[in-house]
Amino acid sequence: MAIIDIRIELKKGVADPEGSNTKKTLESLGFGGIKSVKSVKMFEIELDLPENEALAAGEEYCKKLLANPVVQSYKVTVR
Amino acid sequence: MKAEDVKVCVVRIEGTNCEDEMANAFTMVGAQAEKVHLKQLLGQCDPSLKRSLEDYDILAFPGGFSAGDYVRAGAIFAARIKAGIGKDLKDFVEAGKPVLGVCNGFQILVELGLLPALDEVMADKPSAALYNNDSGRFECRPTVLRNDNKGKCVFTCDIGKGDLLMCPSAHGEGKLMSDIPNFTSRLEENDQVVFRYVTPSGEKAAYPWNPNGSPSDIAGICNPAGNVMGMMPHPERVMTAYTAADWTRGHPSEDGDGKKIFTSVMKYLSKK
Repeated sequence: MAIIDIRIELKKGVADPEGSNTKKTLESLGFGGIKSVKSVKMFEIELDLPENEALAAGEEYCKKLLANPVVQSYKVTVR
Repeated sequence: MKAEDVKVCVVRIEGTNCEDEMANAFTMVGAQAEKVHLKQLLGQCDPSLKRSLEDYDILAFPGGFSAGDYVRAGAIFAARIKAGIGKDLKDFVEAGKPVLGVCNGFQILVELGLLPALDEVMADKPSAALYNNDSGRFECRPTVLRNDNKGKCVFTCDIGKGDLLMCPSAHGEGKLMSDIPNFTSRLEENDQVVFRYVTPSGEKAAYPWNPNGSPSDIAGICNPAGNVMGMMPHPERVMTAYTAADWTRGHPSEDGDGKKIFTSVMKYLSKK
């Protein structure tokens, strides 16, 4: 059994309106010193597979569904 | 082929919400349109409801928020189709039958790899994305489209090059992006650019006339063969003058501007 975390983020240079809007709002609440805010998406997937196979499966999930390679990159890690 | 013999499959799943208008638009130009749930095409239904893609002449993906736009707009609908009837869909496209995707439907065609499909009929993975509007917001207003297609696209064969159509846009993710080098010039070379956002006088659009920041103001594209077309604005919402943005201000015809897209594809099929 393995639990994998899949982190989907926007590629460098792709605009992140959710991140920039959140930064602006946090600043409007009076929080200072925020350099940047980036939005990411996480999937936590429980698998009935050994760790190495779970990693490979996670990569396939990203290729087939979870990430669009034009704008997103992904990282799969085992808990 | 006679208009009344043209069978249109308007495919829906949970979260599509423009299938009524889409089916109605095809009915208004004389075709037989049927709203078909994806499960009917996959056979996950009562045998009497089962449908087969090959029995239809046109396939249309309506707008909406299929599967709640979870993961990415159109990604889940596209993945379900690919897994279940991917080959049938590819055969449908290779047979030259028209496929239309509007709004979320365009996003689905891109996720399916049917657009822009520069070098193949249906790519394994998407080579483009319809990404968040530059404004970071859902943009909803009339937009003016110029037909920039030189004659390849079956959905604009009855629209003059350079003609303007006013169709409403309503989307949060409509910016066409790709990592293909020289993407827009390659689309141009292949005559795959169909519609561009322009100002009402036909000049180059800036925001808000280009609602999403799409490069080169692209609003709709077709595949290299011209039979698959995706566009963000909604032609099916302006079939009559009464839903045209200028209907109280001298709209020049009984018809809405969107109707020409549907009459074009019917004209194309009438020659088959």
